[in-house]
Amino acid sequence: MPNEDHLLVKIRNYAFLVIGLLAIGIAIGVELTVNPPETAPFDLLPILLRGLAVTIELTLLGAALALVVAIVAGVARSSGHIIVRTITGFYVEVFRGTSILVQLFWIFFVLPLPPFNLSLTPLQAGVLALGLNVGAYGAEVVRGAIGAIPSGQIEASIALNMSPGLMMRRVIIPQAMVRILPPFGNLLIELLKATSLVSLITLSDVTFQGLALRQSVGRTTEVFLLILVIYFLLAYPLTLGVRWLERQRQWAT
Amino acid sequence: MQANSSAPIVRFENVTKSFGELTVLRQLDFDVAPAEKVTIVGPSGSGKTTILRVLMTLEKPNDGVIWVNGEPLWHQKSGDKLVPASEKHLRKVRGSIGMVFQHFNLFPHMTALRNVTEAPIHVLKMPKGDAEQRAVELLQKVGLSDKLGHYPSQLSGGQKQRVAIARALAMRPKVMLFDEVTSALDPELVGEVLNVIRELAEEGEMAMLLVTHEMGFAREVSDRVVFFDKGRVVEQGPPEQIFGSPQNERTKAFFNAVLRH
Repeated sequence: MPNEDHLLVKIRNYAFLVIGLLAIGIAIGVELTVNPPETAPFDLLPILLRGLAVTIELTLLGAALALVVAIVAGVARSSGHIIVRTITGFYVEVFRGTSILVQLFWIFFVLPLPPFNLSLTPLQAGVLALGLNVGAYGAEVVRGAIGAIPSGQIEASIALNMSPGLMMRRVIIPQAMVRILPPFGNLLIELLKATSLVSLITLSDVTFQGLALRQSVGRTTEVFLLILVIYFLLAYPLTLGVRWLERQRQWAT
Repeated sequence: MQANSSAPIVRFENVTKSFGELTVLRQLDFDVAPAEKVTIVGPSGSGKTTILRVLMTLEKPNDGVIWVNGEPLWHQKSGDKLVPASEKHLRKVRGSIGMVFQHFNLFPHMTALRNVTEAPIHVLKMPKGDAEQRAVELLQKVGLSDKLGHYPSQLSGGQKQRVAIARALAMRPKVMLFDEVTSALDPELVGEVLNVIRELAEEGEMAMLLVTHEMGFAREVSDRVVFFDKGRVVEQGPPEQIFGSPQNERTKAFFNAVLRH
């Protein structure tokens, strides 16, 4: 169709570009790991990059959980059912109102104790803490975007005899997506940066490898400079993606 | 279904609706016959639009019963008694009602064609091909066969409203509600929308309930004109009578005010 300027269509068209850039990034990372340059500070890189897989794994799994939690809790927060709304409101306020580090410690150190007796691996604990924390912020984004849909859209859906579920799926969520995507991009960046906290529950991510390396060889400035660059190179493409999304809002108004 | 052809398609029985202190429908009794074209006129704030909105189930009445095609709309039968309707019952009964809004309320993320096919496919479970064929016919009928792939943001107000009419028609309602459908349009775009509605009125089989400020148009298409004020029907009858020789003082004063300019 000539006028398919829908945002999601554009994303589909650009997907090959994003996948291409990711592939190049991964190729460079692999190359650096397999054939490390000898000169300082790059000789430290192979050890630091060993933590890269953990950081990326945490980011992806945490983001997947956060996305599901955000949509479910965001829709529940917009629900007409007062009990559903109160329970999700409690969850959102607790996870937004306390430190993510404390949440991580609770999940990893307190949950295994009575009366909970719930032992999680460090990876599970990390994904759970990141997903629930970022999901709480995401839920507010979803709630705000749903609340911003004009009431006329809901009235038109009722006049066309749509069920509440159908209205949510085909009318409200697709329109809310335009408002949701840019803030979700920012939350993904926050999540990526917050993964460094899991080094404190013995997960060997990039930060953990850096701390270990500093203990064994010193060279503090070089170690933390490399870590800084690694996180920046991971986050910057996401930042560019968010900016691109923010520019694509033709039919948002 | 319908017992006989003279039974009303819509019946308001003692219907009251208030918003807080403000009562907008006062024990309203009001019938619409199948295929009848009824225009509701009256001062702004008189509750005209609320009649359409409670009928479309957008507002819940405080009291009284509304019947659509012989079935209670906001109630369902439980033995001999009427109890508040379930969502399922509401959806069943409101299937015979369609509505066109003042501000169009098209889905902005769908093309004109998809706006029209969306509900037939997902609500009526019509096969996609059939729904599209019907949508093309309807958009042709409202004069927009060249705009199928356009998004609402690419259409003028008059074009948007014509898509909205096609969208409502696609559900094959027995009663169509038009809520001040030209009030948000630039003056030069009013005519194209009124022409479409006039054609629908001439086809005849669908009952139409219009709230409008276009008095000339009301006079031309209506079987009956209802003058409505302060939550009640003040006077009603054939357009010649209501416009030509109104009996009630409030009706006279209203037409004097609106028809003078």
